[in-house]
Amino acid sequence: MTACASYNFAYLDEQSKRTIRRAILKAIAIPGYQVPFPSREMPMPYGWGTGGVQVTASILGPDDILKVIDQGADDTTNAVSIRQFFARTTGIRTTTSTQKATIIQTRHRIPEAPLAERQIIVYQVPIPEPLRFLEPRESETRQMHALEDYGLMHVKLYEDIARHGHIATAYAYPVMVEARYVMDPSPTPKFDNPKMHLSPALQLFGAGREQRIYALPPYTRVVSLDFEDHPFARTRFDAPCALCGALDAYLDEVVVDDAGGRMFVCSDTDYCAGRRARAAGPPGAAT
Amino acid sequence: MYVAVKGGEAAIAAAHALLARERRGDPKLPEISADQIREQLTLAVNRVMCEGSLYDPDLAAQAIKQARGDLIEAIFLLRAYRGTLPRLGYTEPVETGAMRLRRRISATYKDLPGGQVLGPTFDYTHRLIDADPTTPGPAAPAPALAAAPEAAPHVTQLLDREGLIEANAAGESDVVADLTRNPMQYPAARDLRLQALARADEGFLLGLGYSTQRGYGRTHPFAAEIRMGEVEISFTPEELGFEIPLGRIPLTECEMVNQFQGSAMAPPQFTRGYGLAFGHAERKAMTMALLDRALRHEELGQERTAPAQDQEFVLAHCDNVQATGFVEHLKLPHYVDFQAELVLLRQLRREWLVAHGTDERAASSGEAEQ
Repeated sequence: MTACASYNFAYLDEQSKRTIRRAILKAIAIPGYQVPFPSREMPMPYGWGTGGVQVTASILGPDDILKVIDQGADDTTNAVSIRQFFARTTGIRTTTSTQKATIIQTRHRIPEAPLAERQIIVYQVPIPEPLRFLEPRESETRQMHALEDYGLMHVKLYEDIARHGHIATAYAYPVMVEARYVMDPSPTPKFDNPKMHLSPALQLFGAGREQRIYALPPYTRVVSLDFEDHPFARTRFDAPCALCGALDAYLDEVVVDDAGGRMFVCSDTDYCAGRRARAAGPPGAAT
Repeated sequence: MYVAVKGGEAAIAAAHALLARERRGDPKLPEISADQIREQLTLAVNRVMCEGSLYDPDLAAQAIKQARGDLIEAIFLLRAYRGTLPRLGYTEPVETGAMRLRRRISATYKDLPGGQVLGPTFDYTHRLIDADPTTPGPAAPAPALAAAPEAAPHVTQLLDREGLIEANAAGESDVVADLTRNPMQYPAARDLRLQALARADEGFLLGLGYSTQRGYGRTHPFAAEIRMGEVEISFTPEELGFEIPLGRIPLTECEMVNQFQGSAMAPPQFTRGYGLAFGHAERKAMTMALLDRALRHEELGQERTAPAQDQEFVLAHCDNVQATGFVEHLKLPHYVDFQAELVLLRQLRREWLVAHGTDERAASSGEAEQ
């Protein structure tokens, strides 16, 4: 891949980008609806974020500033790899700052810092169909969505409560979009679900292998599925982040020795680093 | 103290350097060239072209070398390259009846117009590992291929004349389905299914085809004909309006003849299963034909009872580039989701222990609470 000169800006040819943009526009017009699109083979494997990469490639412009995270972190190998891919095929600026980015591609997390209207967040999605593990047939699930037939999902959630006393889904927790479509939020922890609700940023979801794109336009109502007597509860951490002291952040558990010792630190590396920099004092060179 | 898993960038670069070293192997030995792979590992090259959906022996050989012989990785390289190619149009349908035959066998007729031509086959070799399996020297030249001048019509054409086999249904439209340009939609018509099967993983199809022979969706197949040889490819540019021959490529074609009882709608007739592959790829063409027939159960009024007949099961899982990607993505970090599960599991265990009056510490091995 040294001969990048022979590839178009952001790798995909313009015709493919237009095809994908049409799917994105349709997805925005019907929030939560999964739009089939002709996914291209990308130079990274399916499962590594080819859907997100295709969405990002189709919307990137030369003035964009791109941030890529995986597990909330900018420095995980796959985030590094995807960021390098776009840096190399577009020459655009990249950043690790949530605030400075115009486009954020993510796998499994939504940044802790609130997003703004001028931002787009692109989610990498492995299985876009929230009903897939209840009904493996695509022809069936499409019909269920068309008929708004979500009984199966409610039964599943009810059975969880009957068996465990709780809805036993900790990530990829299904949401209802604008009181119409049940949607998979991608495998983000349910901790992040409330951030999707009325977000000022445009949220795009790309599933490459499954050839689906869906979207949440800004300020879309996104409600996590629950029952009146078993309301949705966000995951809570009792301990603060051991590095920055944050109480409101999603934490990674890090095993520090072989005697059961562990510590909890922010999964969002930019958020954690920013808090520590501010705590350290004013000489902050950057904002 | 906690050391963040940093340095992804340096780690990736180091991994690539290690990979290059492993690929080269012992530097005291001569390096193999892509030309050697193309000429001497032709069947691997054929498979990569087939499942990579791109006829280019040089690139396929290069991909095999780059992939260290991992054919699925090589297929992936070819596919990714293919994805960047502009689509000029579709060639004219190839006429496999006019194939310049290098091999042609029928399991249903002892002799037939055009004859049986064994060609280069493993079929009757004894599988004894040969210390030096080089080709015979000039002392024992390979027999010259007979310039098979005799016309060799398809075996199914002979059956067709008597009405013993179903007619090949004309397509519903002139537009050929293309799953690389349009997303897969179920139910998929036969053209789309055949395209998916042509790109499908040979091993996956082999196992499924085999299952139909063992009773999971039996189709009573006969290999009416397997032919391999070169066909001419031609293209009609819109602005010219006439066909231009582009060259010849080798193909393997398999036509299976399958039993069928007939129904109130149609008299008893044999039914068809069809397979076609780039190069010499017999196993692929045969299993494709088995699966094509199995997937036609609905149109032929048969009940779906087996996995090989289930198009959503077969077509959604037969692509090895997709399959390997999703299976192998389990290597990527899942810290965040796993953490969410940990939190939930600890909570459920705590509540269970309280409800069952068990000593919490005894069972939960004393850990930080959530």
